[in-house]
Amino acid sequence: MGLAAELAATAITLFARFITAVRGIWQGVEPVERQRIYFANHVSHGDFILLWAVLPERLQRRTRPVAGADYWLKSPVRRFIGRDVFNAVLIDRNRETRADDPIAQMAEALDGDASLIVFPEGTRNETDTPLLPFRSGLYHLARARPAVDLVPVWIDNLNRVLPKGEFVPIPFICTVTFGEAMHVKPDEEKDAFIARAEAALLSLKSAENGA
Amino acid sequence: MNAHHADLIALLAGLAAVLVTASIAGHVLQRRLSPDGTNNVIENLNDRVKAWWIMIVLMGLALLFGRFGTTLLFAFASFAALREFITLTDTRRADHWALAAAFFLVLPIQYYLIYIDWYGLYSIFIPVYAFLLMPIIAALRGDTNRFFIRIAEVQWALMICVFCVSHVPALLSLQIPGYEGRNVLLIAFLVIVVQSSDVLQYVWGKLLGRTKIAPHLSPSKTVEGFAGGALSATALGAALYWITPFSPLQAGLLSFAIVLMGFFGGLVMSAIKRDRGVKDWGHLIAGHGGFIDRLDSVIFSAPIFFHLVRYWWSLT
Repeated sequence: MGLAAELAATAITLFARFITAVRGIWQGVEPVERQRIYFANHVSHGDFILLWAVLPERLQRRTRPVAGADYWLKSPVRRFIGRDVFNAVLIDRNRETRADDPIAQMAEALDGDASLIVFPEGTRNETDTPLLPFRSGLYHLARARPAVDLVPVWIDNLNRVLPKGEFVPIPFICTVTFGEAMHVKPDEEKDAFIARAEAALLSLKSAENGA
Repeated sequence: MNAHHADLIALLAGLAAVLVTASIAGHVLQRRLSPDGTNNVIENLNDRVKAWWIMIVLMGLALLFGRFGTTLLFAFASFAALREFITLTDTRRADHWALAAAFFLVLPIQYYLIYIDWYGLYSIFIPVYAFLLMPIIAALRGDTNRFFIRIAEVQWALMICVFCVSHVPALLSLQIPGYEGRNVLLIAFLVIVVQSSDVLQYVWGKLLGRTKIAPHLSPSKTVEGFAGGALSATALGAALYWITPFSPLQAGLLSFAIVLMGFFGGLVMSAIKRDRGVKDWGHLIAGHGGFIDRLDSVIFSAPIFFHLVRYWWSLT
Protein backbone atom coordinates (compact mmCIF):
# COMPACT_ATOMS: atom_id res chain seq x y z
CA MET A 1 0.00 0.00 0.00
CA GLY A 2 1.39 3.40 -0.97
CA LEU A 3 1.57 6.30 1.44
CA ALA A 4 -1.38 8.13 -0.12
CA ALA A 5 -3.50 4.99 0.05
CA GLU A 6 -2.49 4.37 3.65
CA LEU A 7 -3.39 7.94 4.64
CA ALA A 8 -6.68 7.65 2.80
CA ALA A 9 -7.44 4.36 4.57
CA THR A 10 -6.79 6.00 7.95
CA ALA A 11 -8.90 9.04 7.06
CA ILE A 12 -11.81 6.94 5.81
CA THR A 13 -11.72 4.71 8.89
CA LEU A 14 -11.55 7.70 11.25
CA PHE A 15 -14.46 9.34 9.48
CA ALA A 16 -16.49 6.13 9.67
CA ARG A 17 -15.77 5.91 13.40
CA PHE A 18 -16.67 9.56 13.95
CA ILE A 19 -20.06 9.07 12.30
CA THR A 20 -20.94 5.59 13.58
CA ALA A 21 -18.81 4.92 16.68
CA VAL A 22 -18.74 1.43 15.16
CA ARG A 23 -18.16 -1.51 17.47
CA GLY A 24 -17.33 -5.08 16.49
CA ILE A 25 -19.09 -7.86 18.39
CA TRP A 26 -17.13 -11.08 18.00
CA GLN A 27 -19.94 -13.40 18.94
CA GLY A 28 -19.20 -16.60 17.04
CA VAL A 29 -15.52 -16.26 16.09
CA GLU A 30 -12.46 -14.51 17.46
CA PRO A 31 -10.55 -11.81 15.56
CA VAL A 32 -7.64 -14.12 14.79
CA GLU A 33 -5.44 -14.56 11.75
CA ARG A 34 -7.27 -17.19 9.80
CA GLN A 35 -8.40 -17.11 6.22
CA ARG A 36 -12.10 -16.28 6.02
CA ILE A 37 -14.89 -15.29 3.70
CA TYR A 38 -16.97 -12.72 5.57
CA PHE A 39 -20.48 -12.58 4.10
CA ALA A 40 -22.59 -9.61 5.18
CA ASN A 41 -25.87 -7.84 4.60
CA HIS A 42 -25.62 -4.99 2.11
CA VAL A 43 -27.44 -1.69 2.54
CA SER A 44 -24.84 0.91 1.64
CA HIS A 45 -21.54 1.47 -0.13
CA GLY A 46 -20.10 2.02 3.33
CA ASP A 47 -20.76 -1.59 4.42
CA PHE A 48 -17.33 -3.01 3.72
CA ILE A 49 -15.68 0.08 5.23
CA LEU A 50 -17.43 -0.54 8.56
CA LEU A 51 -16.60 -4.24 8.51
CA TRP A 52 -13.01 -3.41 7.60
CA ALA A 53 -12.82 -0.73 10.33
CA VAL A 54 -13.56 -3.18 13.16
CA LEU A 55 -10.94 -5.70 12.02
CA PRO A 56 -7.57 -5.60 13.81
CA GLU A 57 -4.86 -4.06 11.64
CA ARG A 58 -3.14 -7.36 10.87
CA LEU A 59 -6.40 -8.75 9.51
CA GLN A 60 -7.16 -5.58 7.56
CA ARG A 61 -4.07 -6.02 5.41
CA ARG A 62 -5.15 -9.38 4.03
CA THR A 63 -8.89 -8.73 3.83
CA ARG A 64 -10.22 -7.67 0.40
CA PRO A 65 -13.79 -6.62 -0.34
CA VAL A 66 -15.47 -8.01 -3.44
CA ALA A 67 -17.26 -5.20 -5.25
CA GLY A 68 -18.90 -4.31 -8.54
CA ALA A 69 -16.45 -2.99 -11.13
CA ASP A 70 -19.18 -0.83 -12.69
CA TYR A 71 -19.43 1.27 -9.53
CA TRP A 72 -15.81 1.33 -8.36
CA LEU A 73 -14.17 2.06 -11.72
CA LYS A 74 -16.51 4.90 -12.65
CA SER A 75 -14.41 7.85 -11.49
CA PRO A 76 -10.73 8.38 -10.54
CA VAL A 77 -11.66 8.90 -6.86
CA ARG A 78 -13.67 5.68 -6.68
CA ARG A 79 -10.95 3.84 -8.55
CA PHE A 80 -8.38 5.07 -6.03
CA ILE A 81 -10.55 4.08 -3.04
CA GLY A 82 -11.67 0.76 -4.46
CA ARG A 83 -8.44 -0.47 -5.99
CA ASP A 84 -5.57 1.27 -4.22
CA VAL A 85 -6.96 1.82 -0.71
CA PHE A 86 -9.05 -1.28 -0.13
CA ASN A 87 -7.48 -3.53 -2.76
CA ALA A 88 -10.94 -4.69 -3.81
CA VAL A 89 -11.54 -7.70 -5.98
CA LEU A 90 -13.52 -5.96 -8.71
CA ILE A 91 -15.98 -8.15 -10.54
CA ASP A 92 -18.11 -7.46 -13.59
CA ARG A 93 -21.73 -7.86 -12.57
CA ASN A 94 -23.05 -7.88 -16.11
CA ARG A 95 -23.49 -11.51 -17.14
CA GLU A 96 -23.72 -10.80 -20.88
CA THR A 97 -20.58 -8.75 -21.34
CA ARG A 98 -18.18 -10.00 -18.74
CA ALA A 99 -14.90 -11.57 -19.69
CA ASP A 100 -13.87 -12.94 -16.28
CA ASP A 101 -15.76 -15.42 -14.17
CA PRO A 102 -16.34 -13.74 -10.76
CA ILE A 103 -16.06 -17.03 -8.86
CA ALA A 104 -12.69 -17.72 -10.49
CA GLN A 105 -11.54 -14.20 -9.58
CA MET A 106 -12.54 -14.69 -5.95
CA ALA A 107 -10.98 -18.16 -5.80
CA GLU A 108 -7.76 -16.72 -7.19
CA ALA A 109 -7.75 -14.04 -4.47
CA LEU A 110 -8.27 -16.76 -1.85
CA ASP A 111 -5.39 -18.74 -3.32
CA GLY A 112 -3.31 -15.59 -2.87
CA ASP A 113 -4.00 -15.99 0.87
CA ALA A 114 -6.52 -13.13 1.07
CA SER A 115 -9.66 -13.09 3.18
CA LEU A 116 -12.74 -11.79 1.37
CA ILE A 117 -15.72 -9.62 2.20
CA VAL A 118 -18.72 -10.55 0.05
CA PHE A 119 -22.33 -9.39 -0.09
CA PRO A 120 -24.33 -12.41 -1.26
CA GLU A 121 -27.50 -10.39 -1.81
CA GLY A 122 -25.71 -9.10 -4.90
CA THR A 123 -27.11 -5.60 -4.63
CA ARG A 124 -27.92 -3.06 -1.98
CA ASN A 125 -31.09 -3.80 -0.06
CA GLU A 126 -33.45 -0.82 -0.19
CA THR A 127 -36.56 -2.65 0.91
CA ASP A 128 -38.07 -2.89 4.38
CA THR A 129 -37.22 -6.59 4.61
CA PRO A 130 -34.02 -7.18 6.55
CA LEU A 131 -32.39 -9.37 3.91
CA LEU A 132 -32.87 -9.97 0.18
CA PRO A 133 -32.71 -13.59 -1.09
CA PHE A 134 -29.06 -14.57 -1.64
CA ARG A 135 -27.79 -15.08 -5.15
CA SER A 136 -26.05 -18.36 -5.82
CA GLY A 137 -22.52 -16.86 -5.85
CA LEU A 138 -21.80 -17.69 -2.21
CA TYR A 139 -22.63 -21.34 -2.84
CA HIS A 140 -20.38 -21.61 -5.87
CA LEU A 141 -17.56 -19.86 -4.01
CA ALA A 142 -17.97 -22.20 -1.04
CA ARG A 143 -17.88 -25.19 -3.38
CA ALA A 144 -14.79 -23.86 -5.14
CA ARG A 145 -12.83 -23.45 -1.85
CA PRO A 146 -14.69 -25.63 0.70
CA ALA A 147 -11.96 -25.46 3.38
CA VAL A 148 -12.19 -21.70 3.92
CA ASP A 149 -14.33 -20.52 6.86
CA LEU A 150 -17.53 -18.71 5.91
CA VAL A 151 -18.34 -16.14 8.60
CA PRO A 152 -21.74 -14.40 8.63
CA VAL A 153 -21.51 -10.71 9.56
CA TRP A 154 -24.51 -8.54 10.42
CA ILE A 155 -23.98 -4.81 9.93
CA ASP A 156 -26.60 -2.96 11.94
CA ASN A 157 -27.96 0.57 11.48
CA LEU A 158 -25.86 1.65 8.52
CA ASN A 159 -28.99 1.91 6.37
CA ARG A 160 -30.05 4.77 8.64
CA VAL A 161 -26.71 6.55 8.28
CA LEU A 162 -26.78 6.88 4.52
CA PRO A 163 -29.95 5.74 2.75
CA LYS A 164 -29.61 5.38 -1.01
CA GLY A 165 -29.78 8.70 -2.80
CA GLU A 166 -28.66 10.76 0.20
CA PHE A 167 -25.15 12.14 0.38
CA VAL A 168 -24.95 13.62 3.90
CA PRO A 169 -24.34 10.83 6.44
CA ILE A 170 -26.26 11.05 9.73
CA PRO A 171 -24.43 9.91 12.86
CA PHE A 172 -25.95 6.69 14.19
CA ILE A 173 -24.21 4.14 16.36
CA CYS A 174 -23.53 1.02 14.28
CA THR A 175 -22.49 -2.47 15.25
CA VAL A 176 -20.84 -5.25 13.27
CA THR A 177 -21.66 -8.71 14.65
CA PHE A 178 -19.60 -11.75 13.61
CA GLY A 179 -21.33 -15.13 13.80
CA GLU A 180 -20.04 -18.69 13.89
CA ALA A 181 -18.01 -19.97 10.96
CA MET A 182 -19.79 -22.38 8.61
CA HIS A 183 -18.87 -24.60 5.64
CA VAL A 184 -20.75 -26.16 2.78
CA LYS A 185 -21.41 -29.85 3.50
CA PRO A 186 -20.06 -32.38 0.97
CA ASP A 187 -23.46 -33.36 -0.43
CA GLU A 188 -25.39 -30.18 0.40
CA GLU A 189 -27.72 -28.87 -2.31
CA LYS A 190 -27.50 -25.26 -3.38
CA ASP A 191 -30.89 -24.22 -2.00
CA ALA A 192 -30.32 -25.90 1.36
CA PHE A 193 -26.94 -24.24 1.78
CA ILE A 194 -28.27 -20.80 0.78
CA ALA A 195 -31.16 -21.15 3.24
CA ARG A 196 -28.74 -22.12 6.00
CA ALA A 197 -26.45 -19.17 5.23
CA GLU A 198 -29.38 -16.72 5.18
CA ALA A 199 -30.66 -18.04 8.49
CA ALA A 200 -27.20 -17.79 10.06
CA LEU A 201 -26.92 -14.14 9.02
CA LEU A 202 -30.46 -13.24 10.10
CA SER A 203 -30.00 -14.86 13.51
CA LEU A 204 -27.25 -12.31 14.22
CA LYS A 205 -29.68 -9.48 13.67
CA SER A 206 -32.09 -10.65 16.35
CA ALA A 207 -29.24 -11.57 18.72
CA GLU A 208 -27.78 -8.12 18.35
CA ASN A 209 -31.11 -6.38 18.95
CA GLY A 210 -31.76 -8.38 22.07
CA ALA A 211 -28.40 -7.43 23.56
CA MET B 1 -0.05 32.05 37.07
CA ASN B 2 -2.85 34.01 38.72
CA ALA B 3 -5.24 33.36 41.56
CA HIS B 4 -7.76 31.32 39.60
CA HIS B 5 -5.07 29.03 38.26
CA ALA B 6 -3.79 28.53 41.77
CA ASP B 7 -7.31 27.63 42.99
CA LEU B 8 -7.93 25.30 40.08
CA ILE B 9 -4.58 23.60 40.52
CA ALA B 10 -5.23 23.19 44.25
CA LEU B 11 -8.61 21.71 43.40
CA LEU B 12 -7.26 19.34 40.76
CA ALA B 13 -4.44 18.27 43.06
CA GLY B 14 -6.98 17.57 45.82
CA LEU B 15 -9.14 15.54 43.45
CA ALA B 16 -6.13 13.66 42.14
CA ALA B 17 -5.20 12.77 45.73
CA VAL B 18 -8.75 11.50 46.37
CA LEU B 19 -8.65 9.49 43.16
CA VAL B 20 -5.23 8.00 43.82
CA THR B 21 -6.59 6.83 47.17
CA ALA B 22 -9.76 5.51 45.52
CA SER B 23 -7.76 3.75 42.79
CA ILE B 24 -5.48 2.07 45.31
CA ALA B 25 -8.43 1.06 47.49
CA GLY B 26 -10.29 -0.23 44.41
CA HIS B 27 -7.24 -2.20 43.33
CA VAL B 28 -6.75 -3.76 46.76
CA LEU B 29 -10.46 -4.60 47.04
CA GLN B 30 -10.38 -6.17 43.61
CA ARG B 31 -7.33 -8.29 44.47
CA ARG B 32 -9.02 -9.45 47.68
CA LEU B 33 -12.68 -9.80 46.77
CA SER B 34 -12.96 -9.95 43.01
CA PRO B 35 -9.79 -11.43 41.50
CA ASP B 36 -11.70 -12.80 38.50
CA GLY B 37 -13.81 -9.68 37.93
CA THR B 38 -17.04 -11.26 39.14
CA ASN B 39 -17.91 -8.97 42.06
CA ASN B 40 -20.20 -6.41 40.43
CA VAL B 41 -19.96 -3.89 43.24
CA ILE B 42 -16.17 -3.77 43.09
CA GLU B 43 -16.07 -3.73 39.28
CA ASN B 44 -18.65 -0.94 39.19
CA LEU B 45 -16.68 1.04 41.76
CA ASN B 46 -13.50 0.73 39.73
CA ASP B 47 -15.36 1.74 36.55
CA ARG B 48 -16.54 4.87 38.29
CA VAL B 49 -13.06 5.71 39.51
CA LYS B 50 -11.78 5.37 35.94
CA ALA B 51 -14.54 7.62 34.62
CA TRP B 52 -13.58 10.15 37.29
CA TRP B 53 -9.98 10.11 36.15
CA ILE B 54 -11.13 10.90 32.63
CA MET B 55 -13.21 13.81 33.91
CA ILE B 56 -10.31 15.20 35.92
CA VAL B 57 -8.03 15.03 32.89
CA LEU B 58 -10.67 16.79 30.80
CA MET B 59 -11.05 19.50 33.41
CA GLY B 60 -7.28 19.93 33.41
CA LEU B 61 -7.38 20.31 29.63
CA ALA B 62 -10.10 22.94 30.01
CA LEU B 63 -7.62 24.87 32.16
CA LEU B 64 -4.95 24.58 29.47
CA PHE B 65 -7.09 25.57 26.50
CA GLY B 66 -9.42 27.98 28.27
CA ARG B 67 -12.72 29.06 26.86
CA PHE B 68 -12.23 27.75 23.35
CA GLY B 69 -11.11 24.31 24.52
CA THR B 70 -13.93 24.00 27.03
CA THR B 71 -16.58 24.97 24.50
CA LEU B 72 -15.15 22.55 21.94
CA LEU B 73 -14.98 19.76 24.53
CA PHE B 74 -18.65 20.11 25.38
CA ALA B 75 -19.58 20.44 21.70
CA PHE B 76 -18.06 17.01 21.17
CA ALA B 77 -19.82 15.71 24.26
CA SER B 78 -23.08 16.96 22.76
CA PHE B 79 -22.26 15.29 19.46
CA ALA B 80 -21.59 11.93 21.10
CA ALA B 81 -24.71 12.24 23.26
CA LEU B 82 -26.91 13.22 20.32
CA ARG B 83 -25.56 10.29 18.31
CA GLU B 84 -26.55 7.93 21.13
CA PHE B 85 -29.95 9.53 21.58
CA ILE B 86 -30.85 9.55 17.88
CA THR B 87 -29.79 5.90 17.55
CA LEU B 88 -32.53 4.95 20.03
CA THR B 89 -35.28 6.94 18.28
CA ASP B 90 -37.68 5.73 15.60
CA THR B 91 -36.61 8.14 12.90
CA ARG B 92 -37.37 7.28 9.29
CA ARG B 93 -35.83 8.14 5.99
CA ALA B 94 -37.98 11.25 5.72
CA ASP B 95 -36.18 12.65 8.77
CA HIS B 96 -32.84 12.56 7.00
CA TRP B 97 -32.55 16.28 6.35
CA ALA B 98 -33.97 17.26 9.72
CA LEU B 99 -31.36 15.04 11.39
CA ALA B 100 -28.57 16.36 9.18
CA ALA B 101 -29.61 19.86 10.24
CA ALA B 102 -29.62 18.85 13.90
CA PHE B 103 -26.08 17.47 13.78
CA PHE B 104 -24.36 19.75 11.31
CA LEU B 105 -26.20 23.08 11.70
CA VAL B 106 -28.02 23.37 15.01
CA LEU B 107 -25.26 21.84 17.15
CA PRO B 108 -22.33 23.89 15.76
CA ILE B 109 -24.39 27.10 15.70
CA GLN B 110 -25.47 26.64 19.32
CA TYR B 111 -21.87 26.22 20.47
CA TYR B 112 -20.68 29.08 18.30
CA LEU B 113 -23.28 31.33 19.94
CA ILE B 114 -22.07 30.14 23.33
CA TYR B 115 -18.50 30.88 22.31
CA ILE B 116 -19.24 34.43 21.15
CA ASP B 117 -21.44 34.86 24.24
CA TRP B 118 -24.64 35.90 22.46
CA TYR B 119 -26.96 35.08 25.35
CA GLY B 120 -30.06 36.57 23.69
CA LEU B 121 -29.81 34.10 20.83
CA TYR B 122 -28.30 30.95 22.35
CA SER B 123 -30.95 30.81 25.04
CA ILE B 124 -33.75 30.72 22.45
CA PHE B 125 -32.05 29.27 19.40
CA ILE B 126 -33.10 25.65 20.01
CA PRO B 127 -36.35 26.23 21.97
CA VAL B 128 -37.67 28.69 19.35
CA TYR B 129 -35.90 28.49 15.99
CA ALA B 130 -34.95 24.82 15.89
CA PHE B 131 -38.28 23.93 17.52
CA LEU B 132 -40.19 25.47 14.63
CA LEU B 133 -37.82 24.78 11.74
CA MET B 134 -37.15 21.07 12.34
CA PRO B 135 -40.80 19.95 11.92
CA ILE B 136 -41.02 22.12 8.82
CA ILE B 137 -38.06 20.32 7.25
CA ALA B 138 -39.57 16.95 8.20
CA ALA B 139 -43.01 17.92 6.90
CA LEU B 140 -41.60 18.98 3.53
CA ARG B 141 -40.56 15.38 2.92
CA GLY B 142 -44.24 14.42 3.04
CA ASP B 143 -44.01 11.23 5.12
CA THR B 144 -46.78 11.45 7.75
CA ASN B 145 -46.21 8.02 9.24
CA ARG B 146 -45.87 8.55 13.04
CA PHE B 147 -44.99 12.16 12.26
CA PHE B 148 -45.83 13.51 15.70
CA ILE B 149 -43.68 10.97 17.53
CA ARG B 150 -40.75 11.46 15.16
CA ILE B 151 -40.59 15.23 15.45
CA ALA B 152 -41.09 15.09 19.22
CA GLU B 153 -38.15 12.69 19.54
CA VAL B 154 -35.83 14.91 17.54
CA GLN B 155 -36.88 17.97 19.57
CA TRP B 156 -36.18 16.13 22.79
CA ALA B 157 -32.84 14.92 21.54
CA LEU B 158 -31.78 18.47 20.72
CA MET B 159 -32.99 19.94 23.99
CA ILE B 160 -31.34 17.25 26.12
CA CYS B 161 -28.13 16.62 24.25
CA VAL B 162 -27.34 20.06 22.82
CA PHE B 163 -29.28 22.78 24.61
CA CYS B 164 -28.86 21.49 28.17
CA VAL B 165 -25.25 20.35 27.76
CA SER B 166 -24.28 23.69 26.20
CA HIS B 167 -25.16 25.43 29.47
CA VAL B 168 -22.02 24.00 31.04
CA PRO B 169 -19.59 26.03 28.87
CA ALA B 170 -22.08 28.93 29.01
CA LEU B 171 -21.08 29.27 32.68
CA LEU B 172 -17.81 30.74 31.40
CA SER B 173 -19.59 33.83 30.08
CA LEU B 174 -21.26 34.89 33.33
CA GLN B 175 -19.91 38.20 34.63
CA ILE B 176 -19.75 38.06 38.38
CA PRO B 177 -18.15 41.07 40.11
CA GLY B 178 -14.98 40.07 41.94
CA TYR B 179 -14.94 36.63 40.22
CA GLU B 180 -13.47 37.69 36.87
CA GLY B 181 -11.35 35.09 35.10
CA ARG B 182 -12.30 32.30 37.50
CA ASN B 183 -15.50 31.04 35.86
CA VAL B 184 -13.98 27.69 34.92
CA LEU B 185 -14.22 26.93 38.64
CA LEU B 186 -18.02 27.14 38.36
CA ILE B 187 -17.85 24.23 35.90
CA ALA B 188 -15.60 22.35 38.31
CA PHE B 189 -18.06 23.07 41.15
CA LEU B 190 -21.05 21.83 39.12
CA VAL B 191 -19.33 18.67 37.92
CA ILE B 192 -17.86 17.81 41.33
CA VAL B 193 -21.19 18.25 43.13
CA VAL B 194 -23.13 16.23 40.53
CA GLN B 195 -20.63 13.41 40.32
CA SER B 196 -19.97 13.14 44.04
CA SER B 197 -23.73 13.09 44.58
CA ASP B 198 -23.93 10.09 42.22
CA VAL B 199 -21.09 8.33 44.02
CA LEU B 200 -22.32 9.18 47.54
CA GLN B 201 -25.88 8.06 46.76
CA TYR B 202 -24.42 4.83 45.53
CA VAL B 203 -22.28 4.41 48.66
CA TRP B 204 -25.10 5.32 51.10
CA GLY B 205 -27.46 3.06 49.18
CA LYS B 206 -25.04 0.14 49.54
CA LEU B 207 -24.59 0.86 53.27
CA LEU B 208 -28.14 1.63 54.39
CA GLY B 209 -30.44 1.19 51.39
CA ARG B 210 -33.75 -0.49 52.26
CA THR B 211 -36.69 1.36 50.68
CA LYS B 212 -36.73 1.48 46.90
CA ILE B 213 -37.54 4.94 45.61
CA ALA B 214 -38.55 4.05 42.05
CA PRO B 215 -38.58 0.26 41.70
CA HIS B 216 -39.83 0.35 38.11
CA LEU B 217 -37.28 2.84 36.87
CA SER B 218 -34.08 2.27 38.73
CA PRO B 219 -34.17 -0.66 41.16
CA SER B 220 -30.83 0.29 42.73
CA LYS B 221 -31.98 3.73 43.91
CA THR B 222 -33.20 3.85 47.51
CA VAL B 223 -34.64 6.54 49.77
CA GLU B 224 -31.78 6.08 52.23
CA GLY B 225 -29.18 6.30 49.47
CA PHE B 226 -30.80 9.38 48.01
CA ALA B 227 -31.14 11.19 51.37
CA GLY B 228 -27.63 10.32 52.51
CA GLY B 229 -26.07 11.10 49.13
CA ALA B 230 -27.98 14.35 48.65
CA LEU B 231 -27.13 15.63 52.12
CA SER B 232 -23.46 14.69 52.02
CA ALA B 233 -23.04 16.08 48.48
CA THR B 234 -24.72 19.30 49.63
CA ALA B 235 -22.30 19.47 52.55
CA LEU B 236 -19.39 18.85 50.18
CA GLY B 237 -20.67 21.64 47.88
CA ALA B 238 -20.92 24.02 50.85
CA ALA B 239 -17.35 23.12 51.80
CA LEU B 240 -16.23 24.04 48.28
CA TYR B 241 -17.52 27.61 48.64
CA TRP B 242 -13.92 28.93 48.42
CA ILE B 243 -13.73 28.14 44.71
CA THR B 244 -17.06 29.90 44.03
CA PRO B 245 -18.41 33.46 44.36
CA PHE B 246 -20.93 32.14 46.91
CA SER B 247 -21.07 32.11 50.71
CA PRO B 248 -21.00 28.64 52.31
CA LEU B 249 -24.78 28.75 52.81
CA GLN B 250 -25.39 29.83 49.22
CA ALA B 251 -23.00 27.17 47.92
CA GLY B 252 -24.92 24.59 49.98
CA LEU B 253 -28.31 25.69 48.66
CA LEU B 254 -27.09 25.71 45.05
CA SER B 255 -25.55 22.29 45.59
CA PHE B 256 -28.88 21.03 46.88
CA ALA B 257 -30.63 22.31 43.73
CA ILE B 258 -27.94 20.67 41.57
CA VAL B 259 -28.26 17.39 43.46
CA LEU B 260 -32.07 17.32 43.18
CA MET B 261 -32.05 18.07 39.45
CA GLY B 262 -29.29 15.53 38.89
CA PHE B 263 -31.18 12.81 40.74
CA PHE B 264 -34.45 13.39 38.92
CA GLY B 265 -32.60 13.75 35.64
CA GLY B 266 -31.17 10.30 36.19
CA LEU B 267 -34.69 8.95 36.78
CA VAL B 268 -36.06 10.56 33.60
CA MET B 269 -33.22 9.19 31.50
CA SER B 270 -33.75 5.73 33.04
CA ALA B 271 -37.43 5.93 32.08
CA ILE B 272 -36.45 6.61 28.47
CA LYS B 273 -34.03 3.69 28.48
CA ARG B 274 -36.73 1.38 29.91
CA ASP B 275 -39.14 2.58 27.25
CA ARG B 276 -36.60 1.65 24.57
CA GLY B 277 -35.71 -1.65 26.22
CA VAL B 278 -32.00 -0.93 26.64
CA LYS B 279 -29.79 -1.01 29.69
CA ASP B 280 -27.28 1.60 28.60
CA TRP B 281 -27.37 4.45 26.13
CA GLY B 282 -24.33 3.18 24.31
CA HIS B 283 -20.96 1.48 24.59
CA LEU B 284 -18.52 4.34 24.50
CA ILE B 285 -16.05 2.46 26.67
CA ALA B 286 -16.60 -1.26 27.17
CA GLY B 287 -18.47 -1.85 30.43
CA HIS B 288 -19.01 1.85 31.15
CA GLY B 289 -22.25 2.40 29.26
CA GLY B 290 -22.63 5.33 26.96
CA PHE B 291 -21.92 9.00 27.07
CA ILE B 292 -25.41 9.91 28.28
CA ASP B 293 -25.11 7.36 31.11
CA ARG B 294 -22.20 9.43 32.45
CA LEU B 295 -23.78 12.79 31.66
CA ASP B 296 -27.45 12.41 32.58
CA SER B 297 -27.38 14.21 35.93
CA VAL B 298 -25.19 17.02 34.55
CA ILE B 299 -27.65 17.46 31.69
CA PHE B 300 -30.54 18.21 34.03
CA SER B 301 -28.69 20.32 36.55
CA ALA B 302 -26.58 22.51 34.23
CA PRO B 303 -29.31 24.84 32.85
CA ILE B 304 -30.90 25.32 36.29
CA PHE B 305 -27.56 26.04 37.94
CA PHE B 306 -26.69 28.42 35.10
CA HIS B 307 -29.91 30.40 35.42
CA LEU B 308 -29.88 30.54 39.21
CA VAL B 309 -26.35 31.93 39.19
CA ARG B 310 -27.08 34.26 36.31
CA TYR B 311 -30.20 35.68 37.97
CA TRP B 312 -28.68 36.32 41.38
CA TRP B 313 -24.99 36.90 40.73
CA SER B 314 -24.27 37.87 37.14
CA LEU B 315 -24.32 41.39 35.75
CA THR B 316 -25.35 40.35 32.24
